Amino acid sequence: MNLDDALKTFVIESRELLQTMEESLLRLEQTPDDSDLINAIFRAAHTIKGSAGLFGLDGLVAFTHHAENVLDMVRAGDLRITGDLAALLLQVCDHLGLLIDHVDHGEVDDEATHGRTASLTDSLQRFESEGGATPSPSSEAVPAESLSPFVRTGGPGAETDNWHISLRFGRDVLRNGMDPLSFIRYLNTFGKIVAIVTLTDDIPAAEEMDPESCYLGFEISYQTSADKATVEGAFEFVRDDAKVSILPPHSKVVEYFDLIQSLPEEEMLLGEILVRCGTLTRAELDVALKMQANAQVAAQESGEPAPTIGEVLVAQHVVQPAVVSAALQKQQQVKQSRGGEAGLIRVNAEKLDEHINLIGELIIAAAGINLSALKSGLPELQEAAELMNRLVEDVRDSALQLRMVQIGATFNKFQRVVRDVSRELGKDIRLEISGAETELDKTVVEKIGDPLTHLVRNSMDHGIEPQEVRVARGKPAHGTLKLNAYHDSGSIAIEVSDDGGGLNKQKILAKAVERGIVKPDQVLTDNEIHNLIFEAGFSTADQINNLSGRGVGMDVVRRNITDLRGSIEIVSTEGVGSTMRIRLPLTLAIIDGFLVAVGDSSFVIPLELVVECVELSQEEVRAAHGRQQINLRGEVLPFIRLKDLFNINELPSTATAAGLDTGFGTGASLPGAQLPAGTLPAGSAEGLRATRRENIVVVQYAGQRAGLVVDTLQGEYQTVIRPLGAVFNGLQGVSGFTILGSGRVALILDVPGLVRRVAGQESRRSATLQSSRVLALTG
Amino acid sequence: MTETTQQTLAATPLQPSLALAGELNIFTAASTKAQLVDAVSQAAEDSDIDIDLSSVSEIDSAGLQLMVMAKRDATRQNKRLRFVRHSEAVVDLIELCDLAGQLGDPVLICPKN
Repeated sequence: MNLDDALKTFVIESRELLQTMEESLLRLEQTPDDSDLINAIFRAAHTIKGSAGLFGLDGLVAFTHHAENVLDMVRAGDLRITGDLAALLLQVCDHLGLLIDHVDHGEVDDEATHGRTASLTDSLQRFESEGGATPSPSSEAVPAESLSPFVRTGGPGAETDNWHISLRFGRDVLRNGMDPLSFIRYLNTFGKIVAIVTLTDDIPAAEEMDPESCYLGFEISYQTSADKATVEGAFEFVRDDAKVSILPPHSKVVEYFDLIQSLPEEEMLLGEILVRCGTLTRAELDVALKMQANAQVAAQESGEPAPTIGEVLVAQHVVQPAVVSAALQKQQQVKQSRGGEAGLIRVNAEKLDEHINLIGELIIAAAGINLSALKSGLPELQEAAELMNRLVEDVRDSALQLRMVQIGATFNKFQRVVRDVSRELGKDIRLEISGAETELDKTVVEKIGDPLTHLVRNSMDHGIEPQEVRVARGKPAHGTLKLNAYHDSGSIAIEVSDDGGGLNKQKILAKAVERGIVKPDQVLTDNEIHNLIFEAGFSTADQINNLSGRGVGMDVVRRNITDLRGSIEIVSTEGVGSTMRIRLPLTLAIIDGFLVAVGDSSFVIPLELVVECVELSQEEVRAAHGRQQINLRGEVLPFIRLKDLFNINELPSTATAAGLDTGFGTGASLPGAQLPAGTLPAGSAEGLRATRRENIVVVQYAGQRAGLVVDTLQGEYQTVIRPLGAVFNGLQGVSGFTILGSGRVALILDVPGLVRRVAGQESRRSATLQSSRVLALTG
Repeated sequence: MTETTQQTLAATPLQPSLALAGELNIFTAASTKAQLVDAVSQAAEDSDIDIDLSSVSEIDSAGLQLMVMAKRDATRQNKRLRFVRHSEAVVDLIELCDLAGQLGDPVLICPKN
């Protein structure tokens, strides 16, 4: 791993840590004394600082250091989490994120960033001085017991929670006016010496000993919550006169091994000393010694004079077999628990996209093979093609599954948004999250964040009333904002609901008339009035603040969602609250389609939206009296004729038959598959020619049904969605295209758009009816 | 334990013993070394040497080294050197360095105030 890779890992890990930190901070506001949370935050800051130090990111280290100091005081109980402190720490969190972004992009922090760093540092230092300039050593040392203060990044580590400090003082230390023991005493001021071994072996015999030279060495196992810089700082003055090695807790065994190697004493002795200090366990020492032995074997092989001491040591090393096996078992456990973490791998999103593209191609190719197999009439080939088709389908599903992520992480980000905004607005608003485990496509998750933020802010600002108003209306003083997600007929629905005042229809209508969006005498349904807020430049807010009310936003929200092939609807009751419901397709790449033909054109309807297929008989057409609706089991079903919609010419009957022969291919393998009960079988080519029957495909979207009139039903078809070119932007009723097994192109119907169109006509008609009735009554 | 030590002292009045007093640090290291070396060399073989530390007011690394050195010196010459009646400063230091075991002398540990 070169440095760039390591840096990338650092950035990724730091971002994750910052997220943990933020989440913990938000939770900490509710439970300010939760020591687990405090520790989690401290660990996050500490780890970031430590790693940043490795890369020499001094600015980051210095800044984090202040945050860590404050957190340390909180941890020690010298400082309590208040609203202000939490707010400051959240800002620190954000700023750290910014600094890390800069690291990621290889940018140098600009003036503004430096200014922010300085001002935040100032604020932190104010808290630092508040918490007492020098935290008492006792409060520092004691909590260390209850912590496991470091996060491992990989590699087997020593079991101990303690630092290991190895000191070899130079001969002249005493003459230079320093007493080695004073350093050790100093260590006791911000930590606890767990064990110490004083090395006196260097002291020569009386005759040779110079009483003014120092011959001492120390191996110290040390417990502290201070960071490495502090510990190192303790030896600042003696750095030139002594050999100081400091290993943080849980250092890798390799590092201890290096330490053992680098020190002048005999390895055996040193190893024993480390064990005596409690720094290493016996098993760890064995590992270190074995490494040493291996190194010597290697040295032998390369022809160098090999010191055999290591091997001898291993041989001599008499350890209780039970101890060794216990230690091994323990190590195994550690390894296994690490294996769980390694169960996840990071994959570049581009690679994944490429993979899914390939699978798309595979599906098209498979459809082609299927078609040829059917044409060939060879049963073996057909069977093989069938099997392959099934496997391709499985591959498709699992590939799409790879892209699915839970929406929970996105929802959780709103904890922060809600917290910040409610503070800004001076409202007490609580966020409730449900359906966090609902999965949807990663691309969709990424793109839904902004629109959701707009909706959440909007609800908080306009939806939820000020506290006094709420109390006056007999509602609880605190407002509630809910985020919910669930799967609904092949799409995912995300709801943002509040228990606020709901949309004020009069106000919206008045504003719309004022802005000329609606004519004064125009009759609108509730739904249409609600949808007016999505018009560009529309705002009913009396005051503009920096959150919302500028009239930009909702139209952007709608556009963003439409870009994702989704839709948004509003359910609102005045005085009770409103719900914004976003519907999004589960995936953007491949769908199960239902293939139909109109004239010589093929269309694909997303299968998830198909409810049933019924025959449209001439009687029913007559019964409708020219209206575009039929009576389906007692319910009115509005329909739309695709032939009219797309201006498709009637085919001469011979051509129809020929066209069907080719088009029928893929459909025939799955005749009428997965259609609900009550479905009529697809009209055969024979019957079609004789009576010219038409079929209605009943589709449902967002609770509304509509019928699409087509000539023939051709069955289920796996559809790889291809976006339409820019030329076709703004094309109504079509959302994309796909390539059939025969190589022909089929258009994918934009069912939500069609349903909206059909339902819109209907509801407008009924609204007109209603209002004319009202007029009749009043008049 | 102090009593025991004193009894030992009383029981072996003929053994040369040494009482170190005052500072036992880098400033006095040279003279202290001489004192200790003398005490060890003057003692008869296979005899006990008791060094009284009760009046040591201050001790540092240099003093500590000398204690270890004296101990080894005596052992090498087949004599038994013991430090007795450790003063508070000495006990502190021995505890700090966890050297009680290595020096092997009974140390009276007083409750700290």
